[in-house]
Amino acid sequence: MRSRARGTRVLAAMSGGVDSAVAAARAVDAGYDVTGVHLALARNPQTYRSGARGCCTLEDARDARRAADVIGIPFYVWDMADEFHASVVDDFVAEYAAGRTPNPCLRCNEKIKFAAVLDRAIALGFDAVVTGHHARLGPDGLLRRSVDMGKDQSYVLAVLTREQLAHSIFPLGDSFKTGVRAEAAERGLAVAEKPDSHDICFIADGDTRGFLAKRLGEAPGDIVDAASGDVVGSHAGAFGFTVGQRKGLNLTRPSADGRPRYVLSITPVTNTVTVGPGEALEVSTVAAERPVWTAGSLPSTPTECEVQIRAHGETVPAVVTVADGQMTATLRWPVRGVAAGQALVAYRPDPAGDIVLGSATVSLTRS
Amino acid sequence: MTYLDHAATTPMLPEAIEAYALAARDVGNASSLHAPGRRARRTVEEARERVAAALGARPSEVIFTGGGTESDNLAVKGVFWARRTDDPKRNRVVASAAEHHAVLDAVDWLGRFEGADVSLLPVDELGRVDVAAVRFELDQRCDEIAMITAMWANNEVGTVQPVTELAAMAAECGIPFHTDAIQAIGQVPVDFAACGAAALTATGHKLGGPTGVGALLLGREVGCTPLLHGGGQERDVRSGTLDVAGITAFAVAVEMAVKAQQETAARVGALRDELVSRVQAAVPDAVLNGDPEDRLPGNAHFSFPGCEGDALLLLLDAQGIACSTGSACSAGIAQPSHVLLAMGADEARARSTLRFSLGHTSTLDDVDVLAAALPSAVERARRAGSVRGGRS
Repeated sequence: MRSRARGTRVLAAMSGGVDSAVAAARAVDAGYDVTGVHLALARNPQTYRSGARGCCTLEDARDARRAADVIGIPFYVWDMADEFHASVVDDFVAEYAAGRTPNPCLRCNEKIKFAAVLDRAIALGFDAVVTGHHARLGPDGLLRRSVDMGKDQSYVLAVLTREQLAHSIFPLGDSFKTGVRAEAAERGLAVAEKPDSHDICFIADGDTRGFLAKRLGEAPGDIVDAASGDVVGSHAGAFGFTVGQRKGLNLTRPSADGRPRYVLSITPVTNTVTVGPGEALEVSTVAAERPVWTAGSLPSTPTECEVQIRAHGETVPAVVTVADGQMTATLRWPVRGVAAGQALVAYRPDPAGDIVLGSATVSLTRS
Repeated sequence: MTYLDHAATTPMLPEAIEAYALAARDVGNASSLHAPGRRARRTVEEARERVAAALGARPSEVIFTGGGTESDNLAVKGVFWARRTDDPKRNRVVASAAEHHAVLDAVDWLGRFEGADVSLLPVDELGRVDVAAVRFELDQRCDEIAMITAMWANNEVGTVQPVTELAAMAAECGIPFHTDAIQAIGQVPVDFAACGAAALTATGHKLGGPTGVGALLLGREVGCTPLLHGGGQERDVRSGTLDVAGITAFAVAVEMAVKAQQETAARVGALRDELVSRVQAAVPDAVLNGDPEDRLPGNAHFSFPGCEGDALLLLLDAQGIACSTGSACSAGIAQPSHVLLAMGADEARARSTLRFSLGHTSTLDDVDVLAAALPSAVERARRAGSVRGGRS
């Protein structure tokens, strides 16, 4: 952590989980003047995921408060429900309605944690927001992958600008999750054994399709084979699908060659889901909108790098160019399962941790 | 630490702590028939007599409870049930819209789960119950009202209510009147018999006694269905083994608070006036909420335009100043004050409040510290308010 810690007032976002609790404790140890804040994101906390898996329930708020008390820092709950619904939940629904596959965690980082919360924190005299994200952020201002590749969250942070990163502290980037849990136990934090959260916090039962159907309404339509143009099945709403999806299609007619079929595209205008063979999913060029160049000013020349095109996905070598508000990645070899709405994140391999160069939102893919 | 939150809880008086410790050393259930039990019973009954004497009640009218919330619930639900049982036509409960949640939510519960009709009485822009509205309600629905409840003084904005007048109007119609006097005792003169109420709530920790002990003063002829069933203690209205030590300390605190009331009102009131003028000098557009004259001597309650109360609280807390937004919390989330909303304030003003409440340990130094810290806190909270779209 940075050397300017002593006496600097920082705000620790505490979800009620083990990571953010240890992050807050480490910030205290580093000499920061830490205040804990739990973000209330649910309009009605009872409707959010209960038990130990989410981050938005009353129990999570209590866990966060307990951790703050043990660490010995002031603790408050900030009501960010309106902002969260406008920027994350409504966006999530609108993106699916438009046939894209959004990443709400990334949007929450971009619009809530490192925007609405950070802005309010700075206005109140804090210098930075501390979170328990697994990513490294050194004095050079560069964002790098966590040492724990299994837990690395640089992908969902790649949307942050340099200005946002300048006011961010990630104390866990040099630690493995197992070490974080052990440290939590040593510190007497009751959340040490709390399971990780995996699912979307605002979808209580994990049923994304059902959540979307409730908001967008059932809209039965056809599933069409890309090659023949034949109707091979039906669906209750095109919004429920993701490019690359194989399961849950319930096709009524088998493919001619007997091989599995995947969702190739979603066309909201005609409410059509198009399916085809796996090789038809392969893309070599990815175009993406709203580029952010985390590692400095936008590059004027093509950049050799590695790109990651979905959360927890593999990286692939690529050449990235940025022009006219668009980022284009030419992949060294084709990859499958790239969905519009996901983030394209460019990394530069580095022995001290791969460096996030920039990111953009996937809009178009070409084979 | 600068403690400006006596309305939330006030430090225990040394005498009350001493009385507690002394009584806690003795064994004895006040309901037991043997010698230790009789000693405990004697201690409790002496406490009962002291509380009764201090508050203008008969000893038999003092029902010890587990605190203010229990007393309020017992009064509202218990008196409603008893009255409705006597006369099934009486299915209506009348309450002021600015009541504490211990009353308001009990009333709401009766409406939702007991099929009670609910009338919420409006308050004026100072938080004072509209006497004309009460008169109108009584004229219209005299025969269907089971009970009326209105607090003696508002816990948020400090406005003292026309309790005696309300009690007299209720009595004319033969309707039991309950008043939550938690904030009033020790701050303004409170006399159960003289005020004419059928029931009155008191609690220990707002007047220098322990938390978890309070009383409901309940007129001997007033029917009240118990909430807690069991051993039949406290006139069969409130079962449960009596907390001898807590009750003793409570009685000491009530007695001392009442005895010192005039002096407190003068000293704390002068300190509060100083606080108000210093706050208004430091933040010229700060709005003093509540009745400027007829208010609790320890209460100063402001709206700070452009600020959110919880942001101000955080900033002052960081400087060692303890105060309150004055409104209730739901899972720690600041809600706009229902009292301010009832007074006709818009949501922004209702969210921009801070309550500074003084008490027996307050000094001029507390006021100095606050006055020094407030301007920069308000400036920052305003900046934070302006970055939040649509909320400031």
